[in-house]
Amino acid sequence: MNNFQYSRASDVADAIRLLAADPSAKLIAGGTNLIDLMKENVERPSRLVDISRLPLRDIEETADGGLRIGALVPNSDLAYHPLIEQRYPLLASAILAGASAQLRNMASVGGNLMQRTRCAYFYDTATPCNKRSPGTGCSALDGLNRNHAILGTSRSCIATNPSDMSVALAALGALVHTAGTTGQRTIALTDFHRLPDDKPHVDTNLGSGEIITAIELPPHGFARNYSYLKVRDRLSYAFALVSVAAALELEGNAIGEARLALGGVAHKPWRNLDAEAALRGQAATPDHFGRAADLLLQGATARSQNGFKIELARRAVVRTLMQAANATPQSQAHKKIA
Amino acid sequence: MADTTDQIPERIPINLVVNGARRTLEIAPWTTLLDALRDRLELTGTKKGCDHGQCGACTVLVDGRRINSCLTLAIMKDGAEITTIEGLAANGALHPLQQAFVDHDAFQCGYCTPGQICSAAGLLAEGRARDADEIRELMSGNLCRCGAYPNIVAAIEQVMGRS
Ligand SMILES: Cc1cc2nc3c(=O)[nH]c(=O)nc-3n(C[C@H](O)[C@H](O)[C@H](O)COP(=O)(O)OP(=O)(O)OC[C@H]3O[C@@H](n4cnc5c(N)ncnc54)[C@H](O)[C@@H]3O)c2cc1C
Ligand code: SF4
Ligand code: FES
Ligand code: FES
Repeated sequence: MNNFQYSRASDVADAIRLLAADPSAKLIAGGTNLIDLMKENVERPSRLVDISRLPLRDIEETADGGLRIGALVPNSDLAYHPLIEQRYPLLASAILAGASAQLRNMASVGGNLMQRTRCAYFYDTATPCNKRSPGTGCSALDGLNRNHAILGTSRSCIATNPSDMSVALAALGALVHTAGTTGQRTIALTDFHRLPDDKPHVDTNLGSGEIITAIELPPHGFARNYSYLKVRDRLSYAFALVSVAAALELEGNAIGEARLALGGVAHKPWRNLDAEAALRGQAATPDHFGRAADLLLQGATARSQNGFKIELARRAVVRTLMQAANATPQSQAHKKIA
Repeated sequence: MADTTDQIPERIPINLVVNGARRTLEIAPWTTLLDALRDRLELTGTKKGCDHGQCGACTVLVDGRRINSCLTLAIMKDGAEITTIEGLAANGALHPLQQAFVDHDAFQCGYCTPGQICSAAGLLAEGRARDADEIRELMSGNLCRCGAYPNIVAAIEQVMGRS
């Protein structure tokens, strides 16, 4: 780890000021991603701005019946909050599918949204990587790419976003609230993360000197018909190969509204409104779910090792939608897939 | 605590309450809590396995919650209460989890054991595990290279009063 200056921010404005004063300063919240990357010399901040004591830990109801969640709420507190368990169980399930109990106790909502890819070359400073060192090339294109993206890739980068929480937030239509030198703004979660195009070193649309203050959930939580299914190499404490967040509004067996987001397949949580629209008004059957999966996976392409993800994702989408339709959501503790 | 200024600071005073005792130490900002405990406070019960959050050997309780001390900067925990494996026994008696690990032979080499026991203490305090599947899931952040998992789960079940 490099040597660095350390400042404890006294309030949000102070954090913004400290960031603005030093372009190579970084915020630190739970530290579970940043310290890991600093130990690998992937991140070498000149200053850490400690925001962990800022009062951004509230979970409050909004005027329209949604919830506003402070950026520093620990992942475990969010997953186990009664309002989340009751009204947004899809979000609770996705969070509990990620990392370990210890890490979830440390990890913050804001840090989870900002966590960086787990591409092995990104971590290995001896190899070319456009995300870590722009312009050096992408080692994964013709290297170890079994875990890599099948959708929205570019010649510059085929990395995936590793967050489980973000997949559920994308399906639920969450908003991200930020504050920066030019004031506050609100970004749709689906517009928060970027595709790599020719700038893979930029993960998100958060500006430099900007800080996430909260996320907001809209009123509709799909608490009855939902499921989060995460497929991975071992059943716990592993990143997704493919994950699916599915939520349905059912009238009898007919689909009113459908939400569908994929994790582990792209540089951002993958949503496609056409796939969701195709489900509206249809019966909740495997055939219709298969057609939605095909739409969602339209344009999927594989490199040498990750071709299996396309069919895996297709089947996982159908299975997760069936779990949602049957109101038998995937348990994150009892691992049998219903 | 004041901000560090231009000079890169190597010795910043912090206070920790470790296993009930107040400790003051001077540390560099890049010192992890794990290294502060082991190298500065000589509490070597907490183990370093991976140093990257991937094994759980470094698990300690901070303000009652289990965390990975290898991914925690000591300076960020200034003022916190830390409980390590050395702090679990009370009045000369083993903590019930320590006793249960002995009863169930829940280790072989023992390297993961302090982390397992601190993690299990956190698990019991959280109160979220109700059966063996949930214990397994919520203990998945602690790897055991000797594969003592069945006995670890049995030990925790014993303390939960289930067996
Ligand atoms: C072994 C291991 C396994 C894991 N498994 C999973 C998994 O299966 N699924 C999963 O989803 N995650 C997993 N994680 C990742 C974990 O969820 C993230 O590391 C965590 O959510 C990051 O949150 P943090 O508060 O610790 O972030 P930090 O490490 O403190 O910060 C991460 C980044 O976010 C920035 N940041 C933090 N807060 C803000 C803010 N408010 N505004 C703007 N920027 C901010 C920081 O500057 C930094 O760049 C795993 C991590 C480890 C170490
Ligand atoms: S996939 Fe992206 S992160 Fe991985 S080596 Fe290529 S550029 Fe780097
Ligand atoms: S040493 Fe901390 S998790 Fe392995
Ligand atoms: S007892 Fe040897 S690693 Fe667990």
